[in-house]
Amino acid sequence: MIDREILLEKMKTSPYRPMKARIIEAKMCTDKEKFFRFELEDNINLTHQPGQFVMVSMFGYGEAPISICSSPTDKGYFDLTVRNVGVFTDRLHSLGEGDVVGIRGPFGKGFPVDNMFGYDVVIVAGGLGIVPLRSLIRYIMYNRNDFGNVQMLLGCKTPKDLLFGSEMKEWQRRAEIKFNCTVDRADPDWKGNVGLITSLIPGVDLNPTRTYGVVVGPPIMYKFVIGELLKKYIPDHQIIVSLERRMRCGLGKCGHCQIEGVYACQSGPVFDYAQIKKFKGECHEKAQ
Amino acid sequence: MKYAVIKKEDLNKWFEYLKKKARLYAPKKKENLYVFRPVKEVSEICLDYIPTVLPPKKYYFPQKEKLLKFSVQPFKTAKAIEEFEEFILLAVHTCDIAGIQCMDVVFRDGPEDPNYLNRKEKMTIIGIECLKYCDDKANCASMANHVPRGGYDLMMVDIDEKFILHINSEKGERLVKGVAYIKEASDKDMACLEHAREEKKKIFKEEFKASLSEVYESFDNNFNAKVWEDVGRRCVACGNCTAVCPTCYCFDVLDDMDLSLNEGLRYRIWNSCQMDDFAKVAGGEDFRKGRDLRQRHRYYRKFKYPVDKFNRYFCTGCGRCTRTCMAKISLIETVNALVEENAVSKKNTATAA
Repeated sequence: MIDREILLEKMKTSPYRPMKARIIEAKMCTDKEKFFRFELEDNINLTHQPGQFVMVSMFGYGEAPISICSSPTDKGYFDLTVRNVGVFTDRLHSLGEGDVVGIRGPFGKGFPVDNMFGYDVVIVAGGLGIVPLRSLIRYIMYNRNDFGNVQMLLGCKTPKDLLFGSEMKEWQRRAEIKFNCTVDRADPDWKGNVGLITSLIPGVDLNPTRTYGVVVGPPIMYKFVIGELLKKYIPDHQIIVSLERRMRCGLGKCGHCQIEGVYACQSGPVFDYAQIKKFKGECHEKAQ
Repeated sequence: MKYAVIKKEDLNKWFEYLKKKARLYAPKKKENLYVFRPVKEVSEICLDYIPTVLPPKKYYFPQKEKLLKFSVQPFKTAKAIEEFEEFILLAVHTCDIAGIQCMDVVFRDGPEDPNYLNRKEKMTIIGIECLKYCDDKANCASMANHVPRGGYDLMMVDIDEKFILHINSEKGERLVKGVAYIKEASDKDMACLEHAREEKKKIFKEEFKASLSEVYESFDNNFNAKVWEDVGRRCVACGNCTAVCPTCYCFDVLDDMDLSLNEGLRYRIWNSCQMDDFAKVAGGEDFRKGRDLRQRHRYYRKFKYPVDKFNRYFCTGCGRCTRTCMAKISLIETVNALVEENAVSKKNTATAA
């Protein structure tokens, strides 16, 4: 609780001033994604909600919003997993254990874990979408008795692109999460499904009034997955998404993340379908 | 004393006095346009001017503002600005004062922006009321910003050989108190003010075809209106409209390194939603692809979104975007076209029903 107050005070007095964070672990997950574990200055806990994000600073390179992929129940550190897509992330990939970055945050609204108490959860992850969802999965794992059945549908391009493969066994065992995975293109060793993630949903057994569907993936994926979940009669406000937008401040000021009337950095990045349904055209993730 | 008067012949004396009190910014002629500048000679101050190229925004929300001082090795950060200096904005039109009020609302809305608020605290605003239109590009009457609606410390109104000063704050009072040639306004002066306001009613008429609530309704109901296609075709995406707007506040953040490559400054600089990468993410998705969508966004950020969020229109009616547009896109024409589209679509729905 004290950590939260320190962070809020920092946010209030100097919202643009990053805290120091040291990398205590770094490893490549795939060819393109690297995992980092950080320790904040003065051993402060980030006290985030699953689904929130931080602004990562590398002086001289700038700042970028990155989803937190650890749970607030992971004390003393937090994790980020970053795909190398440009100048900033390329530089971040060059960092390793002992290196230091700046951190502001946590920002935004996370997954509504309190509202999800007692519900079944269907997690749908496409590609990099597994990264923010890992914070939720770990949270569920630590608070397993607060949730009903948890199942997870996972889609990625090829078996090589699968993130957190080694952790999934632990999730399955410790969190009793049912897994179903599909790839766009298989390799000779692949024994699982091949095809789009939407093809997995019709086969899912669920009770719509008691189920939250949580979807994170590339923009194109949402409308189809949401469409499938709606066919299962999951109510609009129980379909949860997390939206990626360009961001510069995290404070609802700089304007980049605006989706019509709302700033994704403050009102999001997590929204429910009832909220995004109201958008008239700037939310590409909305089912048409 | 709530209202004071100053004779026109004493104005320059008073401006000299203000100059000594704090840094003074005022409108000045530059070629055939006007700009806000630090006052060197009070004789350069121009009280009768059409809106300046840039609004006084540049003084409370600078184009390039230091946010942070940093060093890479060892990791160190510090506030970039230790102290903000007192300044006076002189002869600000009521439209630009409305712009300042809009910015206040944005930067006060939590999480607050200390840079803006600290600078704002040091600012004194002396307004000047327009008694005639600056030109045909302004839509201040439709926005009801052609008359003072608070947000200033002093307001000057021209009543022939004198100026009435409305004293609206303690800060304002300090600038007139004890000044020998500033007297309390007499009943006759007040009658002159009344008269000036009455005369104004004959001059200023709503520039939009419809009332503001109908304009709002037109925005609310016609997100996919045809007018944006037309505007988008003409727009050259130069971003002038957002640079000159008193209520545009979008910014980018960039780091500027020393030659040592170890120390540097982090700045925020004005950015524009009209730039093609403004809403593009690293993965490649662009959430406002096309000039039509980006122009629509700009208009919605004046006539729809802030109304829902802050109950405030973010168009002040200054007319700058129209004046500066290289493609001659007129705000009044665009809004009127949208209002017409709304009328047509309403009629069609009625007939269909």
